[in-house]
Amino acid sequence: MAELKVNIGKLSLKNPVTTASGTFGYGTEYADFIDIERLGGIFVKGTTIEPREGNAYPRMAETPSGMLNAVGLQNKGADYFVQSIYPDIKDLDTNIIVNVSGSSVDTYVACAEKIASLKHIPAIELNISCPNIKKGGMAFGVTASGAAEVVRAVRKVYPNVLIVKLSPNVTDITEIAKAVEGEGADSVSLINTLLGMAVDVKKRKPVLSTITGGLSGPCVKPIALRMVWQTYKAVKIPIIGLGGISNWQDAVEFLLAGATAIQVGTYNFIDPTVSLKIIDGIDKYCDEFGFKTVSELTGTLEV
Amino acid sequence: MGYMKKYMLDMKVTENITFQNNYCLLKLTSDQMLPEMLPGQFVQVRVDNSSETFLRRPISINYVDRERNELWLLIQKVGDGTRTMAKCKPSDALNLLLPLGKSFTIPSKTSGQQKLLLVGGGVGTAPMLYLGSYLKTAGFEPTFLLGARKIDDLLQLEDFQKFGIVYTTTEDGSHGEKGFVTHHSILTGDRFQYIYVCGPKPMMMAVAKFAASSEIPCEVSLENTMACGIGACLCCVEDTRDGNKCVCTEGPVFNIEKLRWLS
Repeated sequence: MAELKVNIGKLSLKNPVTTASGTFGYGTEYADFIDIERLGGIFVKGTTIEPREGNAYPRMAETPSGMLNAVGLQNKGADYFVQSIYPDIKDLDTNIIVNVSGSSVDTYVACAEKIASLKHIPAIELNISCPNIKKGGMAFGVTASGAAEVVRAVRKVYPNVLIVKLSPNVTDITEIAKAVEGEGADSVSLINTLLGMAVDVKKRKPVLSTITGGLSGPCVKPIALRMVWQTYKAVKIPIIGLGGISNWQDAVEFLLAGATAIQVGTYNFIDPTVSLKIIDGIDKYCDEFGFKTVSELTGTLEV
Repeated sequence: MGYMKKYMLDMKVTENITFQNNYCLLKLTSDQMLPEMLPGQFVQVRVDNSSETFLRRPISINYVDRERNELWLLIQKVGDGTRTMAKCKPSDALNLLLPLGKSFTIPSKTSGQQKLLLVGGGVGTAPMLYLGSYLKTAGFEPTFLLGARKIDDLLQLEDFQKFGIVYTTTEDGSHGEKGFVTHHSILTGDRFQYIYVCGPKPMMMAVAKFAASSEIPCEVSLENTMACGIGACLCCVEDTRDGNKCVCTEGPVFNIEKLRWLS
């Protein structure tokens, strides 16, 4: 048994395996299949200050080794989260991290402030990389100045651990990572989904109602891994790696490339128990290769 | 219905019956006793050995044979995922999430709703078999109205006949009345107090319209492309009167009054 504990700034995770926002609901959806308290953390569904109905159907297209989604941040708003969801999950023995999104700097700030008042939410993940909403979202995450602007504003009102989720739909992700680090972000998580599209040849129409959507699943893993590696060399803050992780080997690859923790996303749909298998697999790997603590793995890729 | 615990089970194929025209019936069993499952609920089947298939496939529960501890799934071969499932041989293993979604409403025996019509079209007849057997066990005499393009597409008729009277329509007139289910004489000749429908969307809409105009309560079982099947991803929404609702958890069965079909 290796020591699996890792730290993301002031946030301590009992192990580096967490679940990605938008793929794990509020955690309770999976409680029939796994003991969700074994997870290092749960990044819950993207939350905005106002309720959002999300995009029209169809919102999903399957791809080889992955899927496109265009959900569009459907959620009942921050007040509903505080009143109706938070009470059910606040006492879980794992880190509940709220993914915060917005359509303007002010709405990001308002949502972050509301979540900051919740005692049992130790961190937020600022989503500046959702490709599926027209205003805000990815618009902030594709320029260093935009990313810096929203992080600067949120940092002023949010005292706990601030993780910023980065978009891969940029020329150089390290520029964005450096910009948010410069504004006081405690950590970056990457990658969000890659912008893609699918066409129905019989109808000669796009499959998704929004034409384009976000690609996720094992097909994006090599890109995500490359970006984690590049970002690891560019910033000092801890990195949470995600993108197509579907087994413990994938997770170890991300750790070696520079991630301190990882998120399991789309593969939860295929195997709702996969996150726990990954915890066990990382533990065995550490034992087999003589690592006493999992944090020793981070960035030890030999090049 | 109250909360029903969901399971992930490794099940074993006991029988794979191939029907004509791209259909097959998979019978699956498990080492453990199958949990309670209600008519209208569905399962998510993991498909390995298909390079084109990434996500699980949502398949409605066709029948539960308690004596044999068997779950039946009626499969229509549509794409590579369902074609791969249809190749399963006895003793092959399949991984399933079950039971998922909301069931059809079972009226109480003391309510005024005694004459129940179960309408199925194409592979949409699948959940009607389990619903019929469930209603029969609950003391009702369900009536089935099953529609298909031609006689070869009418499946499991002998099974249906165990649980109630069966009427059919075919578009070419090769079995039952010629035409669509909505044209069948039983709809005007008899007075039903509850209608359940599953089939192609235009058919369900036509039956829903008839039910609404006749002031008969009606439930439909919707299909949708799904990813998680457990309400986590919010991909499979239907635009309802209460906003976007996940078909996998708020459905697949909806009362037509909840939908925006009739407005």
